[in-house]
Amino acid sequence: MSAHATSQRIAVGALAAATLLSLAIVAFILFFVLEKGLPQLSWEFLFSGPKDMGKAGGIFPAIIGTLVLSLLAIGISLPLGVLTAVYLSEYTKEGRLTKAIRFGTDCLAGIPSIIFGLFGYVFFVTTLRMGWSLISGALTLAMMVLPTLIRTSEEAIRSVPQPWREVSLSLGATRWETVRKVVLPNALPGIVTGVMLSFGRSIGETAAVIYTAGSSFRMPRSAFDSVRTLAVHFYLLAREGISTEKAYGTAAVLVLAVLSVNLLTYALMNRFIRRRAR
Amino acid sequence: MKRASDKLVERLLLAIALTTILCLLVIAVFIFKEGLPFIFKIGLGDFLFSSDWRPDSGHYGIFPMIISSLWVTLGGLLVGAPLGIAGAIFLSEFGPPAMMRFVKPAIELLAGIPSVVFGFIGVMVLAPFIRAVAGGPGLSVLAASIVLGVMILPTIMSISIDALASVPQSYREGALALGATKWQAVRMVVLKAGSSGLLAGTILGMGRAIGETMAVIMVAGNAVKMPASSLDSARTLTANIALEMGYATGMHRQALFATGIVLFIVIMILNGMAGSILKKKAHLR
Repeated sequence: MSAHATSQRIAVGALAAATLLSLAIVAFILFFVLEKGLPQLSWEFLFSGPKDMGKAGGIFPAIIGTLVLSLLAIGISLPLGVLTAVYLSEYTKEGRLTKAIRFGTDCLAGIPSIIFGLFGYVFFVTTLRMGWSLISGALTLAMMVLPTLIRTSEEAIRSVPQPWREVSLSLGATRWETVRKVVLPNALPGIVTGVMLSFGRSIGETAAVIYTAGSSFRMPRSAFDSVRTLAVHFYLLAREGISTEKAYGTAAVLVLAVLSVNLLTYALMNRFIRRRAR
Repeated sequence: MKRASDKLVERLLLAIALTTILCLLVIAVFIFKEGLPFIFKIGLGDFLFSSDWRPDSGHYGIFPMIISSLWVTLGGLLVGAPLGIAGAIFLSEFGPPAMMRFVKPAIELLAGIPSVVFGFIGVMVLAPFIRAVAGGPGLSVLAASIVLGVMILPTIMSISIDALASVPQSYREGALALGATKWQAVRMVVLKAGSSGLLAGTILGMGRAIGETMAVIMVAGNAVKMPASSLDSARTLTANIALEMGYATGMHRQALFATGIVLFIVIMILNGMAGSILKKKAHLR
């Protein structure tokens, strides 16, 4: 019996150690990037343009580029994602068609970003002649975040209690009115979670963006201008050894952005779950 | 009248819902359209199994890249799967529920950190460390494996946690009632019952590792040759595409799209496998 107790102690100890190691890796990554990067941050770094190819000056155009590109991508993808989720959960029964749509969503989610980059380059940039531009990048990113938006929206819609729909329908509302006035407003927190997740992914995306949105480091003036995102800027700084200090600073901004998006999503989800539980 | 418009809404929603399938088809068509003629021209065997990649003189063999992708992916699994699965077992079966609430999202933060940041840390910390301790150039299969392992850890952990949560509580109680220790119950009953989910998580992690690009470019060294050891520099399929896409034209560009086809097919197979495992399990429940 005591041999069993010993083997249990060893096993649990090993499992705990592995969990701790994973946590330590997270802590190390955050600490490393923030410790080296935070001292580089300044008003000037965040809010001015680059000088000397990025060796000096700031990253303001990249911040704007990242925001505009991500928001545009989500703006394109969100209506598609939510309406697909509405169709899957409110308008149809499980069958061959929904299976095909779900399969398509899963496949799309699994495609690596470099393939999206190749596709976006040959389709949006060259075939549709949009060039390396905000719009090419946003359309490519929109395809990448669509599966996330569909899944989170569907989960959110399914968590709206069934009787609410029945009440609405029994009052004479059509299905669409019920969706618009009862289901979607109550699914909103879950949908926002999906938006945040997509935003996080868009901020960090590099391989797909660099071949579709390009890397011009100027303020975009139209949807057909090339933009450089923070992740692309960081990659160029780090890879071409332009400036390690500026690279650390940019990494800190990226990590802080991702961290705040994650924390917000986490808080939102917890509030959402607690409200539902009541 | 109202009902008629509801019907119209349904049609419109269906059209929108088909967007994902349309996206998938368009992606496949365009990647294949660019790459397939090339494969037909030089032959699938020469493309996949020749080790000679010199696009400027018309040699397009991606065998070293296939092997390199395989190495770094398996290495990544060796790092990420034990950590992810062990973490999932500990959090689900042994740790207090409060720990799950805080530790799981903390480790899942890893999934949100941009791959370029992983690559950068690999270059600044890991590669010099490997160079100093084990020798070699530092930027190597080993460095890429460790970085990939950390990157796929959250995927494997999250799916494993779901898999363990789906094992009915009564299984654990039955084993404990028979006098098993908690660890015996987990090892002999829970892990067996949840094994298909753990496998699916690992396969999805594998798909992520094969497809990862930017982090690998930064830490693997990118030499176009067969890596001789884990300390050797290597260039993966994804890295090959991303590195040469910027300047490739003509046949060379087509060769990169053909490489994309190989990647596309491998990842579709892996995701299909993981998906069918997870679906079969959902069906059994």
